[in-house]
Amino acid sequence: MTPSDAGDAGSTPDARPQDVRPVVEMTGISIEFPGVKALDGVDLRLLPGEVHALMGENGAGKSTLIKALTGVYGIDSGEILVDGEPHRFSGPGEAQAAGIATVYQEVNLCENLTVAENIMLGNEPRRFGAIDWPRTRRRAAEHLATMGLDVDPASSLGSHSIAVQQLVAISRAMVVDAKVLILDEPTSSLDADEVARLFAVVRRLRDQGVAILFVSHFLEQVFELADRMTVLRNGTRVGEYRTAEITRSELVSRMIGRSMEVLEDLEVRTEHTVDAAQGKPFVQAVGLGRRGSVQAFDLDVHEGEVVGLAGLLGSGRTEVARLLAGADRADTGTLSVKGTPTRLRTPRTAIGRRIAFSSEDRKAEGVVGDLTVRENIVLGLQAERGWLRPLPGKQVDEIVHRYIEALNIRPANPDALLRNLSGGNQQKVLLARWLATAPELFILDEPTRGIDVGAKAEIQRLVSDLAARGMAVLFISAELEEVVRLSHRIAVMRDRQKVAELTNTDSVGVDDVVELIASGGDR
Amino acid sequence: MPTSQAAGGFGAVVRHHLFWPVVALVALLAVNTAVRPGFLSVSILDDHLFGSPIDILRNCAPLMLVALGMSLVIATRGIDLSVGAVVAISGAVALTFIAGAPDPASTTTVLLAIGMALALGLVLGVWNGFLVSVLGIQPIIATLILMTAGRGVAMLITEGQITTVTSAPFKMLGAGYWLGLPVATLVAFGVFALVALLVRRTALGMLVESVGINPAASRLAGVRARTIVWTVFALSGLFSALAGLILSSNVMAADANNAGLFIELDAILAVVIGGTSLAGGKFSLSGTFVGVLIIATLSLTVTNVGISPLVTPLFKALVVAAVTLLQSPAMRRKLSERTRRRGRTAPVTPSDKPADVATDKVVAS
Repeated sequence: MTPSDAGDAGSTPDARPQDVRPVVEMTGISIEFPGVKALDGVDLRLLPGEVHALMGENGAGKSTLIKALTGVYGIDSGEILVDGEPHRFSGPGEAQAAGIATVYQEVNLCENLTVAENIMLGNEPRRFGAIDWPRTRRRAAEHLATMGLDVDPASSLGSHSIAVQQLVAISRAMVVDAKVLILDEPTSSLDADEVARLFAVVRRLRDQGVAILFVSHFLEQVFELADRMTVLRNGTRVGEYRTAEITRSELVSRMIGRSMEVLEDLEVRTEHTVDAAQGKPFVQAVGLGRRGSVQAFDLDVHEGEVVGLAGLLGSGRTEVARLLAGADRADTGTLSVKGTPTRLRTPRTAIGRRIAFSSEDRKAEGVVGDLTVRENIVLGLQAERGWLRPLPGKQVDEIVHRYIEALNIRPANPDALLRNLSGGNQQKVLLARWLATAPELFILDEPTRGIDVGAKAEIQRLVSDLAARGMAVLFISAELEEVVRLSHRIAVMRDRQKVAELTNTDSVGVDDVVELIASGGDR
Repeated sequence: MPTSQAAGGFGAVVRHHLFWPVVALVALLAVNTAVRPGFLSVSILDDHLFGSPIDILRNCAPLMLVALGMSLVIATRGIDLSVGAVVAISGAVALTFIAGAPDPASTTTVLLAIGMALALGLVLGVWNGFLVSVLGIQPIIATLILMTAGRGVAMLITEGQITTVTSAPFKMLGAGYWLGLPVATLVAFGVFALVALLVRRTALGMLVESVGINPAASRLAGVRARTIVWTVFALSGLFSALAGLILSSNVMAADANNAGLFIELDAILAVVIGGTSLAGGKFSLSGTFVGVLIIATLSLTVTNVGISPLVTPLFKALVVAAVTLLQSPAMRRKLSERTRRRGRTAPVTPSDKPADVATDKVVAS
């Protein structure tokens, strides 16, 4: 499995339009961290009126390159030209002043302020030294209007969905008339409609001549939106390509340095054998519900079965998971675990019943950033034992090493702080935490969100393998294709209600599920 | 490109979280020795050790205990303002009981008094923990209640008087010596060592940190966050009560108004100087230990160097400001500008290993 570099270096399909001058030209950028060469002589150029995708696996150097461009990191060597003028940014403020605006993956806004305040923060029009509030609101409203957003500027930001917050973040970035807009994983928590809305805004900005740098793990989105892309691998630039001139499989093999056949090997499809559903039911929910959260639903998950939960964002998928995991308390209905009626009052009770829940909100509800990888892995197991009975050091090492190896966690250093790992590796550490508690039902809420192709395939295969070993799995993902591929049965959610359930066979496709979501089950 | 290799072993020492606190402590001792060359000398007088270092060790005992509890509370994102009030109540209870007993000098009386005071301290800590972990009141407000009311309670117990007693066994605790060392020091350091050991040998330390860093994630991971928060407040009450006993035993008087006055601020300061963030999470008991020694040394320095009482608070403030500045991440970054980008561990590790997952090794037994 040697990287197929030959194909990459030979022909870089690079149609250089000589007439347009790039807004940003980065050449020979190198950045070194203690022990790691994060970037090694990387070039990147952004043209006005173009969407440029930055592609690469986790750890390829995308974030580092963006941080170099936005002045968060200083560069060790290389040159950054903005509008033909050399710049050396020593802070994000300077990059912003040069016209480079950034919207990060996690929305960096103040939820307790209004939409208008968030958009104009730091750029409020002033009168006699004091902020001119009426004009501030008017200006914010104008910005929202130019982006085609119908949002009340006086409403509190926290009252809006992540998608709207994301769009507000873009409005905020454009307040300073940016020439370059960097979007780092803007779609990772959006559903299809919201993505379409975001793309409309992005295209509008592109047509106004803004150069847009777009980072996303969703290949489909990249091919839909980007005009051009730069591929990074292991801190070096593989090449620059026009979207029209590269196929998906070429792109993927350039990103991972392997040919497509190897990747297809990883593409797991759960065998839709009938006997999977013949395992004993591990968990049975009858009329389970919670006011204001999700309407009463029935759901069984059998041993050795993957049940997929499909539905749009906000359809109640996560709410179902939280009820089954004891994270929220149900106020109606009954739940039986292995035939015994059980009330799950806290996550702790659920863990005691061998139910593990990996939350969709990795940062807020999973990662304990200042603890080490080792501590994070054993946290669940140790919590269950209680503080008085510490796990013996030898056993801890054994568990930690086993999972680091089995899940291919990088860096393979148990003493690294978890917050220093990439998103995909953090996710693997969290999966390890749960697997270490030996669950019999594993509830996975968006386990593959925002992580790269390789890690995603690894996690998909893990899910499939765990079920094959007899574990019951509840699998939630916004990517229907993934749900269809992995699940034995699919429950469809809509408007906080379970509307349909179908047994997966080889003939079931994404379209069938989409139709169920659209029709609400009334066929 | 200069890299961090140049800094080598020295860099690692400078980067150690105890480096600046220890430097501050050594500097304070050096100043004292410069003013009075015999400062560090220890002699034997009346069968026990005698000298300024011993004074520091004895005087810091109550603060050591209070700061110990405070460290744990702060690690869970909390704060305990009521420790001074608990100190006062504990002294009041013990001395009032001894004063009212038929035989104040009997060991049984003294042990009963100590037991009562400790039990009450524990109850008060449990009360604080109840307000915070069950009712969900913010720690600063929850403990403010007892901080304000506590001295009133102590006043009620002593009936507004400064209770004094004569009881040789009780005096042992605060002013006595054993094997030449102050009993107060032995008790405080013993408890401190015991708790430090307990925290790191059991999983309590990790779970406390986990709750302090990310309470939501900890809850989902099955950590009994509520119990842990409750426990640390209870411990803080218990340790404060012990500190109150030592303080009142030292002067053999219970002063409801002034016993342990502002000790909560000194304790918070000691914790911060020791490098534990008020934001919760990672905590360092060894840091707190050094922090307490710094504060105790500082108090002695004022009298030793002969600083005018008028500028004493200012002097203290300057030293504390210097230490906390040296501790702050921003300042540290500035100081080590030449060892560039130190401390920012690479978030990326290029994985050149093919992603052929060895999932078959995952045994979720």
